[in-house]
Amino acid sequence: MGLLSDPNRRRALTSLVTRLNTPLCVLCYLVGVSWFMGLAFEPFMLRTYMSENAMGSTMVEERFVFGERAISYTREFAGQKKKTGGMPVDWLVKTMKSRGLEVYTQSFSQTLPFPDEVKERYMVRGTNVYGILRAPRGPRTESIVLSAPCSEGNNNNQAVGLLLALASYFRSQIYWAKDIIFLVNEHDLIGTEAWLEAYHDVNMTGLRSSPMQGRAGAIQAALSLELSSDVITSMDVALEGLNGQLPNLDLVNLFYAFCQKTGVLCTIQGKLQRNDWDTLPGYTHSLSTMLLMVLKQGSGRPQGDHGLFLRYHIEAVTMRGINSFRQYKFDMMTVGKLIEGMFRKLNNLLERFHQSYFFYLMPSLTRFVSIGYYMPAFGFLALILVLRALDLWVQLSDPARALDDGVSEGEQDSSPSLLSLATPVIICHLTGLALYFLPVLSQEMAIQHFPVSETEAVVLTAIAIYVAGLALPHNTHRVLSGVGTERGWRSLKLFSLLYLAVLLGCTTLINFSLGFILAVTMIPVTAFIQPHRSSKVLHGVALILVSPATTLLLSIYLYHELIEYPISLLECWQHFLTAVSQGILDHHLYGSLLYPLIALFIYPCWLQFWNIVFWK
Amino acid sequence: MAIHRVGVAVFVLVATAILAAESEPNQVESEKLQDVSGEAVFSDAEGGFKTGDGASITVPGQAEAPPHPVETGQADSAGRRVSIEVGSDRVKQPVADEELENLQAEFDLQDAPQQSEPVPTPRDHFAEELVIRPLLSGDIYTSFQFRTRWDTDLHRGKKVSHYRLFPKSLGQVISKFSVRELHISFTQGFWRTAQWGQPLLSAPPGAELWVWFQDSVADVDGAWRELTSVLSGIFCASLNFIDSTNTVQPSASFKPMGLGNVTEQRFLRYAVLPREIVCTENLTPWKKLLPCESQAGLAVLLKSEKLFHSSYHSQAVHIRPVCKDTACRETSWELSQTLGIVFDLHASGQSKREWSLFKMFSRTLTEPCPLASSSKVYVDVTDNPLGEELFDLSPAVSLQTQAVVLGDRRTFTVYDLLTPEPYGPTRSLNILLKWRQQDSVDMQRPVLHTERYVSGYGLQTGEINTLLYNSHPFRAFPVLLMETVPWYLRLYIHTLTVQSKGKENKPSYIHYLPSKDRQRPHLLEMLVQLPPHSVTKVTVQFERALLKWTEYTPDPNHGFYVSSSVVSAMVPSVVAMDTNSTEGRPLFTTLFHSTEESSYFMRVYSEPLLVNLPTPDFSMPYNVICLTCTVVAVGYGSLYNLLTRTFQVEEPSGGLTKRLANVIRRLRGVPAL
Repeated sequence: MGLLSDPNRRRALTSLVTRLNTPLCVLCYLVGVSWFMGLAFEPFMLRTYMSENAMGSTMVEERFVFGERAISYTREFAGQKKKTGGMPVDWLVKTMKSRGLEVYTQSFSQTLPFPDEVKERYMVRGTNVYGILRAPRGPRTESIVLSAPCSEGNNNNQAVGLLLALASYFRSQIYWAKDIIFLVNEHDLIGTEAWLEAYHDVNMTGLRSSPMQGRAGAIQAALSLELSSDVITSMDVALEGLNGQLPNLDLVNLFYAFCQKTGVLCTIQGKLQRNDWDTLPGYTHSLSTMLLMVLKQGSGRPQGDHGLFLRYHIEAVTMRGINSFRQYKFDMMTVGKLIEGMFRKLNNLLERFHQSYFFYLMPSLTRFVSIGYYMPAFGFLALILVLRALDLWVQLSDPARALDDGVSEGEQDSSPSLLSLATPVIICHLTGLALYFLPVLSQEMAIQHFPVSETEAVVLTAIAIYVAGLALPHNTHRVLSGVGTERGWRSLKLFSLLYLAVLLGCTTLINFSLGFILAVTMIPVTAFIQPHRSSKVLHGVALILVSPATTLLLSIYLYHELIEYPISLLECWQHFLTAVSQGILDHHLYGSLLYPLIALFIYPCWLQFWNIVFWK
Repeated sequence: MAIHRVGVAVFVLVATAILAAESEPNQVESEKLQDVSGEAVFSDAEGGFKTGDGASITVPGQAEAPPHPVETGQADSAGRRVSIEVGSDRVKQPVADEELENLQAEFDLQDAPQQSEPVPTPRDHFAEELVIRPLLSGDIYTSFQFRTRWDTDLHRGKKVSHYRLFPKSLGQVISKFSVRELHISFTQGFWRTAQWGQPLLSAPPGAELWVWFQDSVADVDGAWRELTSVLSGIFCASLNFIDSTNTVQPSASFKPMGLGNVTEQRFLRYAVLPREIVCTENLTPWKKLLPCESQAGLAVLLKSEKLFHSSYHSQAVHIRPVCKDTACRETSWELSQTLGIVFDLHASGQSKREWSLFKMFSRTLTEPCPLASSSKVYVDVTDNPLGEELFDLSPAVSLQTQAVVLGDRRTFTVYDLLTPEPYGPTRSLNILLKWRQQDSVDMQRPVLHTERYVSGYGLQTGEINTLLYNSHPFRAFPVLLMETVPWYLRLYIHTLTVQSKGKENKPSYIHYLPSKDRQRPHLLEMLVQLPPHSVTKVTVQFERALLKWTEYTPDPNHGFYVSSSVVSAMVPSVVAMDTNSTEGRPLFTTLFHSTEESSYFMRVYSEPLLVNLPTPDFSMPYNVICLTCTVVAVGYGSLYNLLTRTFQVEEPSGGLTKRLANVIRRLRGVPAL
């Protein structure tokens, strides 16, 4: 470390950093982005492999042959569902009981902060039914969950039918070492959340639910099943959970292994695997698969019922049966065998899943990018912030360096008072607080004064506050005593850059996708903005283009492009409004952290940069 | 016979009640039982015979605790049935004199032809029995009991070297370690109280061991340590893992079940290994303790491949001193070996609800153990009253007996294997139970059952919840709850709450012994009054400790076990529960609750818990070492360098960097440095 202790070399280093700052930053950005793009290129990726010993060596023999029984359960369930106009609780209890399970019900009710217009619900009242298969000679310490949602209309009837057929088949086997819980949940995610909260006896979302009677120890793993047709062409696996949490990679490998064994076509993000990695279409295919995963993970929404299990350290995936126009179809028996095989392997687990990766991206089901490979991409981007901050620091600490030896000037341009720096920061964060709290709190007032529904009121209030924040710089200066100095904005920018770096760094550690999306968009613009009169408009427009809201809009557009279902700009705007309301709902219903993160941290941080552009 | 109405504090009452139930033979004059509803109950102190249909015999002064219904003569001279109440594991109504004599006589008869010359009456007896109870869920519960009694004193003075029926290995253990009572159980599976009702003998999953030492033992801990190692060898189990970190001395939950009035808890040691897996290797040494091993008698049924194809398996050994006779001037040693198994209807691969000895054990009975003085099979036919039969039983025998088991009057069909009758013409007994209906019937919820779970998520804190259900419609009763929690779950005892029906329920007695890291576990005992028809929730929060890296088990991500909590209670009996039904019973029996039926002692074990502790990633020590070394080298090194180096201004010399810089500057056309 002679580099730092030697004043000459140190000076050489700092001058290098300051002089070559811009090219270095551009280089970092390019390297970062192309590193990320390179992650989807097959020769750079690792093949997936099973790390867990219990999953590996021995293959099990599946004997599930009750596909017909599953279909007859499906018919009966559909009939009962139609008759009761909802979840046929009594029928489920009776059926499960007659199969020799210990059956319990759990009723719950939840009032949403404002009506959910997508799913058309406000006051939700429902019942979960679950049956526990007690493992012979098991001490009730461990269990595995198989869940199927009881959805509106005719969806997922087959899932429940198959679940019942599996339950009755599993019951007659002697080899279970862990209890198996068969859960049919109502109101999809709300039901799952209610069940999980009651099972773990916690209350985080203000749900009211009846006390739970039967438990089966620590849940080791969970599979959620969604099937809406008697035959399927392929099986899709959804991984992304709440706040971008992912299940252990071994569980995904297990799914893949049994798809291979039973011959079922399996997809991830709805995309099949291609073998032509060395061609351009092959590369773009895996890139789009990976980008889809990044977008879904970044959204922080659970992509299936499994997503809520992950919070409790229960590894879970959702398996979705897809019925498309392919010729070759798989019947219930094959799907049943697939699940039976997975359950028997899970039954062999000695420890919780812990051997394999928890942080990864999947460009295809056989390839993965581990945290060690994708983090440098973000690292290069974050380096830009650090370099810019270093440059500003050098300029601030040694302003006279350019003027040879000007001690006096440095004294004249007095360092900005703490107040002048703290005021914009505090005001920005107060705006963030307003953005977080006001939309839901003021919906009553909004619907009284404007002809809008509650949901619209919430979304529009949020957008209004967001936009109103743009007018802040003019008002901030009124509060301030003096005019902003050159040093003033530099200090503020230095602070904002470091703040952004810390924010993004933390976000990336938890949810890489979200952090990376924000970094790719925000970093280049925020790093280079300056309050110059000439380029003020240009900088302002650039900053607006990378604001979190615009990023969301663009992400929605990109997502629809990637799933090959392009939308027009107007539709995109509609989706944007829905996404805002869903984001707020997710936060209140399941404790998703995306909305508070954006409202309380990212947006205020962005506002600080906005302040800098309009610094006077 | 006296009725006492004593208004003392609840704990004292219950302690008395429990003590009374322990049947201390030395204080037989008047046992006082006071139930909690304030109503006085009484016990027959003088061995009064009560007549009537459900007549009971109570002979004090003998502390014999048959967990199984013991028949006292098939029918007495008047042709009335005689029944005995049986508490789960403590009993105040031992075998009547007549029976002892009967047994004696039978024994002599049995022995006589085998012995060529007349021998003195043997001082040990062996009896075996099997109870089969069809459960309403369609499963079937079978419970074996093999009991050896030996009229000798293993402790005082003389060295006993001649063993006949009593296993020598255990006899030596008793005399060497001055054991007064020894109870050991190995259980695989969890008794499903809600579906199966009460077991005849309850046990926690895993291995449980509790021992009372003689008050002459000076170093109890040392004796305990050695004893566990010896037993570990005898039963091929990991009992040697019992050490101070999982041993406790319960203050109230466990009392001696045999003779002796020392209840000082320092002579008691209790330990549970919830992780112990029970398999054939534990069954074989257990079978070897039997006089006939598995060659003859009921033990021929004990084939491991069938026994372990079941839902529940619990084997136990109980040794205790009992009275030799009614006078109780001398003691005998009693060894009870019990085995309880539940066979599962659905997993048995049959569609019909039909059970037979052959189906369950793949064996039939052909002969009793020649050394046994009694060998019987009981089939519980209570749920099968005449007229509305739920199942058919074959071969049919006329012999029936009644007994009050766990507060419930049960009827049993008896097959006496010493008589030729049950074998029939085929010379083999294959009891067959055939259900008439194919649907399972819901059973009545047991009066007391428990549930236990860990709540919360994350690896920092958590909460242990114990739910105690009292489903009696109108009677409250107190229970003693005992929780043993390992030290690595640091209990926050100030967060202890007891709630029933939404209100706080203050325990009248709490005994808490905090843990010491790596030395002893937490012990929490409390006496809680359970209101009628309620759920009482006992919660206590804990913090998960970070262990030293050598203290983790080889499979740390599996989690760490917390042993079952023990609930001991005097439970109001089911018979006393329906006050309205008088069918088939004389009116005078229902005005007051009779003692035997009003409450009975019961011990219920909750589920063990599996708790995950924060676990380092053991597969990455290399990475950690590299990272640490780098941080130390770079961070510490540079700081040290900056701190210790002396700086002085030096004329810049033409170093390589400078020359390189000059070259670049010259190329750019800037004056050189």
